[in-house]
Amino acid sequence: MKIHEYQAKDILREFGIATLPGAPCFSVDEAVEVARKLGGNAWAVKAQIHAGGRGKGGGVKIAKSLDEVEYFAKTILGMTLITHQTGAQGTIVRRLLVEQSINIEKEFYIGMAIDRLKQQVCLIVSSEGGMNIEETAIRTPDRIHKIFLDPIMGLSDEDADRLVCKINFPKYFETEVRLLLQNLYQLFDKNDATLVEINPLVLTTDNRILALDAKMNFDDNALFRHINIIELRDFNEENLIEIEASKYNLSYIPLDGNIGCLVNGAGLAMATMDIIKLFGGSPANFLDVGGDATVEKVTEAFRLMLRNPGLRVILINIFGGIMKCDVVAEGVVRGAQETKLLIPLVVRLEGTNVDLGKKILIESGLPITLVDNMADAAQYAVTAAKIRE
Amino acid sequence: MAILINQDTRVMTQGITGKTGQFHTRICREYANGRECFVAGVNPHKSGNIFEGIPVYANVIEAKEATGATVSVIYVPPNFAASAIEEAVDAGLDLVICITEGIPVRDMLHIRYKMRKGKTLLIGPNCPGIITPDEIKIGIMPSYIHKKGRIGVVSRSGTLTYEAVSQLMEQGLGQSTCIGIGGDPINGLKHLDVIKLFNDDNETDAVLMVGEIGGSDEEDCARWISRNMKKPVVGFVAGVTAPPNKRMGHAGAIISGGKGTAQEKLVVMEECGIKVTRNPAEMGKLVKSVL
Repeated sequence: MKIHEYQAKDILREFGIATLPGAPCFSVDEAVEVARKLGGNAWAVKAQIHAGGRGKGGGVKIAKSLDEVEYFAKTILGMTLITHQTGAQGTIVRRLLVEQSINIEKEFYIGMAIDRLKQQVCLIVSSEGGMNIEETAIRTPDRIHKIFLDPIMGLSDEDADRLVCKINFPKYFETEVRLLLQNLYQLFDKNDATLVEINPLVLTTDNRILALDAKMNFDDNALFRHINIIELRDFNEENLIEIEASKYNLSYIPLDGNIGCLVNGAGLAMATMDIIKLFGGSPANFLDVGGDATVEKVTEAFRLMLRNPGLRVILINIFGGIMKCDVVAEGVVRGAQETKLLIPLVVRLEGTNVDLGKKILIESGLPITLVDNMADAAQYAVTAAKIRE
Repeated sequence: MAILINQDTRVMTQGITGKTGQFHTRICREYANGRECFVAGVNPHKSGNIFEGIPVYANVIEAKEATGATVSVIYVPPNFAASAIEEAVDAGLDLVICITEGIPVRDMLHIRYKMRKGKTLLIGPNCPGIITPDEIKIGIMPSYIHKKGRIGVVSRSGTLTYEAVSQLMEQGLGQSTCIGIGGDPINGLKHLDVIKLFNDDNETDAVLMVGEIGGSDEEDCARWISRNMKKPVVGFVAGVTAPPNKRMGHAGAIISGGKGTAQEKLVVMEECGIKVTRNPAEMGKLVKSVL
């Protein structure tokens, strides 16, 4: 799960990491009011969306007067912000963060992520703050320093000090940065984070160390023990159909093709998309009905797929293990009837109770094409989709 | 003798009194030598109970001492699963198979760090388990699709593994052992660990390796294969069509920062001399072609 910058900064402050004074705003008036209360003579007006690259997309502006705050707030609120992470359709800005502006002496990068290979949390620091870390890794890999952390001990004083030295942080701030890094690991571990980025961490001209931007992701599997984080969820940032699907424990991701896929198991669902593409077609979605598909779940899956007006054919690929083919077949029949399905349906059933499942489909009288294997299923679906386009 | 498990393996079920644990323990017992193999159950609150002839113990150590079981299979809910693994590790079991899906990553990081010091091996979590056909199955895969033979199968997926096995059977090829290593980002045995075991197993002639997007396990494994493997390996990687930054069902199946794409994995595997197919319906035929 992702959260907004201003929410991430609240969590940073909880763990003793300083940020600029500021507040979230949902309207232009609120933005001006926040700026007035903050005082000073310059403010940052920042779009709050879950994707990165907001500055380059025009979602972050420095205002030199309250009039400018008003102007930028008007411009940014409601705009469709397109960044390298939003995709071409962009994201509508519904929230702003208004902060005091400051003078920066130097910028750094601090990141924490889970390294799958080492199976440890990795702390990444760089003297190249403000930059995209992937770009830094390519252009100047010698300016990126990594350390893998002991899950219990976290970051030792010695390791922290060595890193501070490597990124040329002035020695005077050694203790402060060491504590910051150690607190950041506490934050990461205690909140079940999967990613925490402070980019940039800045040293100001008046010698303060501040997190100027912050990004945090959390482990969906651990949200049950973090009510405070669940409350930060912003449904506007998520895909409506994906939210709907998750209510029924279906894993659904919309794609831009015209062949709907209903499959059990994530690996087989991906393989089904792949073979459709290989045969010259284009999948309309990823959909894993899981191992406990009930008639209700399959019916719901049909409804989700059919919300796509571009859908031309549905391919069902089931390898029954624990899940029995006859249960899926009943769900398919019910789903097709309840949604008054008008597009072709091609079904491949294999595994537990396959004969019973096939019998149910045939006796339903529905126009279902039954095939014996994955290749035939894909071939048929691709051809049917082409004819109907 | 296949790998990791055979008809002489003795297994305890952690979470034997839950619905899933009961269901699968019953089915595993009915398969091949299962009646001899599944000897104990663990539940701290139901010690002294008997589940269909299987004694239930308060903890893993008691179960191990009383029955000699050296392997456990875990069906407990995700928020308790990591402590169940820890208990099995502390008891010094040889192998733990964790079926549970949805364990927090942090819990896995902590337990995997601890496991560095011990000898216990872990399969999963979020996996279908392991089967040595006609001897023993520990997990949730449909047993009747398997037959004893000389092909090793290792995969990150569940149903895609069943698909692969069924394609092998169409070609008349049985399996030595089939392992689902699971779809989580932090797991136990990886492709590489399993491939090494198959390389040393004199009952395995060739290996089918099924990967998916996310991480770099397939690439690491491929590089080792190119230098050390004495047997043919063929592969498929699911997710060529998966969009970036989206979790495709499995917690670990995600392309992040442009890394972990299926295309990248396939290219490295090919460079390392592994025969790969981009057609998931051709896995069985490809194995047949290298024998």
